[in-house]
Amino acid sequence: MIFLFYLFAAIALAGAIGVVAFKNPVSSAFSLVISFLGLAALFIQLDAYLIGILQILVYAGAIMVLFLFIIMLLDLPAEEKRHFRGATVICSLAFVAGFVALLVTVLKRSGVGERMIPEIATSGGSDSSDIHRIGELLFSQYWFPIEMVGILLLVATVGVVVLSRKELK
Amino acid sequence: MEATLTLNDFLLISGILFSVGLLGVLIRRNIIVIFMCLELMLSAANLTLVAFSRFDTGNGHPNYHGQVLLFFIITVSAAEVAVGLAVMVALFRSRKTTDVSQINSMKF
Repeated sequence: MIFLFYLFAAIALAGAIGVVAFKNPVSSAFSLVISFLGLAALFIQLDAYLIGILQILVYAGAIMVLFLFIIMLLDLPAEEKRHFRGATVICSLAFVAGFVALLVTVLKRSGVGERMIPEIATSGGSDSSDIHRIGELLFSQYWFPIEMVGILLLVATVGVVVLSRKELK
Repeated sequence: MEATLTLNDFLLISGILFSVGLLGVLIRRNIIVIFMCLELMLSAANLTLVAFSRFDTGNGHPNYHGQVLLFFIITVSAAEVAVGLAVMVALFRSRKTTDVSQINSMKF
């Protein structure tokens, strides 16, 4: 259990570092897919099966295919010229290191994170699966947000069609 | 001694993933890679939500309200990526570059 956690966390982190480090955008995109797969494994380890599958289907599937499609459509130069501005890199690294240090300090100080992973009921039955419960919540308590999300998707689709026309007037 | 996972482990991984994404946004110059790093930061926040949902159990079940919120976040981010990439294609058509250091005027 704990070994698998470290394995998947390492996969997600290695993928994330690859996104930043690779110079070729296509390599960055595939590295991001690996990072998303590691994250999905972490979700499934947290018993969020539906969210883990959605992460793979939506992020690693649909969104990354869209990214790769656009990268290849635009025919980006493989090697982006690094006019190496050391000051920017050093300042960014310092800023991010400070952020991580702050995070570690806060996590150490507060007792919220100390609790162990609690047991959950693992009894079978069709109405105890997480997809059943999330679906029930979505279509009872959250009926209004899900209608709004439907409208949002429609608006986004129309907006993308308008934006991709040849002349933007 | 049997070591078990605590909430801190997940929060720390999530924070480090967020920081790596932030670093990418700050130092990369290609606008599409910056957009990918934004997605990475969003996913790192998702891990926090799932972790809190799992550790906040009531009568033997995770707190599913957090996972419902995550469902909405994933939907909205899919729409956001579609619109953002369309904007980038339009930008590339008018400027012929994806380098953010060359995109420095509001009107072309």
